[in-house]
Amino acid sequence: MANLAQAIRMALHYGETHLGVTDVFGQDVGAPLGGVFTCSQGLKTAWNAPLDERGIIGTALGIAYAGGKPVAEIQFCDYIYNCIDLLKLCGNAHWSSAGEYHVPIVVMTPVGAGIHGSMYHSHSFESIASHIQGWTIVMPSNAKDAYGLMLSAIADPNPVLFMAPKGLMRAKGDELIPGEPADEKTLHQMIDAPVGDRSQWQPDWPALQDYRVPFSQARIVRPGNGLTVVSYGRQLVQCAAVALELAADGIDAEVLDLRTLYPWDEASVFASVRKTGKLLVVNEDTEVTNFGEHVMRRVTDACFYDLVAPPQLLAGLDVPGVGLAWGYEKHSVPQPEHIAQAMRTLAAARP
Amino acid sequence: MQPNLALQNHRDDTVLTPTFVPGPNDTRWTPPALDAALQVRIHDLMVKARATEEMLIRMMRTGHGYFWIGGPGEEAYGTALGMLVHKGHGPAYDYLHLHYRSSAVVLAMGSEPIDLLRQMRSTVTDPYSKGRNFVNHFAIKPWNIVPVTPTIETQYLMAPGTALMQRRHGGFGCSIVTGGDAGSAEGDFYSAMNWSTRPGGELPVLMLIAQNNYGISTAASTVQNTPNLHQRADGFRIRNARVDGNDPIASWHALVDAMDYVRNERKPFVLQVNCSRLNGHSSSSGAARHDEPDCVQLYEKRLLDDGLATQTELKLVWDKWNALLSDALKTVVAEPMPDREHVLQHVWYRGPAGN
Repeated sequence: MANLAQAIRMALHYGETHLGVTDVFGQDVGAPLGGVFTCSQGLKTAWNAPLDERGIIGTALGIAYAGGKPVAEIQFCDYIYNCIDLLKLCGNAHWSSAGEYHVPIVVMTPVGAGIHGSMYHSHSFESIASHIQGWTIVMPSNAKDAYGLMLSAIADPNPVLFMAPKGLMRAKGDELIPGEPADEKTLHQMIDAPVGDRSQWQPDWPALQDYRVPFSQARIVRPGNGLTVVSYGRQLVQCAAVALELAADGIDAEVLDLRTLYPWDEASVFASVRKTGKLLVVNEDTEVTNFGEHVMRRVTDACFYDLVAPPQLLAGLDVPGVGLAWGYEKHSVPQPEHIAQAMRTLAAARP
Repeated sequence: MQPNLALQNHRDDTVLTPTFVPGPNDTRWTPPALDAALQVRIHDLMVKARATEEMLIRMMRTGHGYFWIGGPGEEAYGTALGMLVHKGHGPAYDYLHLHYRSSAVVLAMGSEPIDLLRQMRSTVTDPYSKGRNFVNHFAIKPWNIVPVTPTIETQYLMAPGTALMQRRHGGFGCSIVTGGDAGSAEGDFYSAMNWSTRPGGELPVLMLIAQNNYGISTAASTVQNTPNLHQRADGFRIRNARVDGNDPIASWHALVDAMDYVRNERKPFVLQVNCSRLNGHSSSSGAARHDEPDCVQLYEKRLLDDGLATQTELKLVWDKWNALLSDALKTVVAEPMPDREHVLQHVWYRGPAGN
């Protein structure tokens, strides 16, 4: 099975051959590296930009204004903060111009902890991103969703922020992407650039097919009746694993993968909470003004009389960064044991 | 009486434009000849811009608008620029990344003054923003004028993107970006120069710096170590020049030289236009008239001295535009304002049939 980075790469290839992608660019995105996570190896439209995040977003906006379809990468979301006014301009151009212009761009950026990335390769960005209006924000938790969400992002005529959980980049999926060869060694030989001299290397792309994950559709990863767990990205994988373990103890968690963070699938979340009466939101962004707080508020508004316990948020500690030493990350970013404790506590809660 | 909402997005694409249009067999851009008739036409368009700006300021002072920001003092080079734009839609034509003092550019291209009044009054008929943005924040897709932003530097970053598409397309089209001396202090100005000069990837970008010596209230001389900001381009090996931006004829020739290089050589150029800022930064300083050289007055004296116009003819031009603007104001004040139903329009693009 393809890993998440390979899935993104194949989606970008499908985008440039079938969906009009004109440019995949950013720092180290073109040859020889093809992206620090290899997401853009072998793409015919990939090129290396100056190490200038504002220039990357501004140029993408210009390309889109001139009829192109850019996919711009900010190498790590930790370095996107100086682009926020430009992201705002992308998101408000359609509204501020009274519909005269629209901005069909995709910005992809790796997010989150899990790779011992220290203070500037471990940030989360969804809470701030959700304050930048006009963007669709997605985050996959597996390779097939990464492929499908990227194709939806490329096809969408509005700005889409594609956040890739960097801790899952090498995680292999458990479902084939349409067109992906069944043998992962074959896939590796076809699309992974060799180590060393790559100057003569050309990928041999599989016959990929159009597969899209619609925006604003959450996925029930594990059905249950005891409590609702809403998560996404790397934390979703941890939540699903913990829920499976706790089932042996009679804790019957329903786990939802939000997939699209904005506009998010309120209907699916509300339906689950109305069934279980309990909500736990798990992510690794810092706690204060966390995107999960918004989910909890909406759930409280819509499902107040269905709730049998206070909605809970398990998020990153409100500290300035994720420290390099494991002790820092372990105790500031949710780990399986924290998730298990939160699920147990909520499952035990009684009115 | 119900206003004529069909006026929305009204632009005169044919009658008012003096813009030069290359012939189908032209392989190299050549500008129009600056003959006597065109010099008189320049005056007409400069007055159009000045009279419009004066009306906008009057609207601000008489409660017909919340806030004014604009370009009195930038009519000379702005008019010349607007007349030289290769106007149209798509990468074959020029893209304009304008700052908010560019009324003369847009009016010279053929925009109707009434649309600026609509944006000043924030009516729902404002074709540029439907009452959402300050005046002089244009967005005209048929003419490749991308949305003007209140940020004073971000437009520099977008120009390499449109220019990249033009480089691929070929032809004469270039990307024109205007900013002020204050905006040139931002890193985005330097980013644009860097992105436009990547080895083997040079881009047809014409970067203009309107040097009026002030950023809001801060004297440029106190925050930048040279008044010759165009020379910053030397570090990027970008051809650059400076011109008296209060002189439309000198500006015309400087723009022709710069455009000839950008259009035909497909490389960037930085042109500094030294000009006045006649009414300060915006409403924030009261829009009071400053004692600085007035490009319209200077040009009228020149036309008189050269025998290209009489006092009577010059007065007729002013009377024509002032009368048009007075009528336009009467129309605009009767037009509807945005309301609840407009707030959620255009948040998302839903395709040509959507909102």
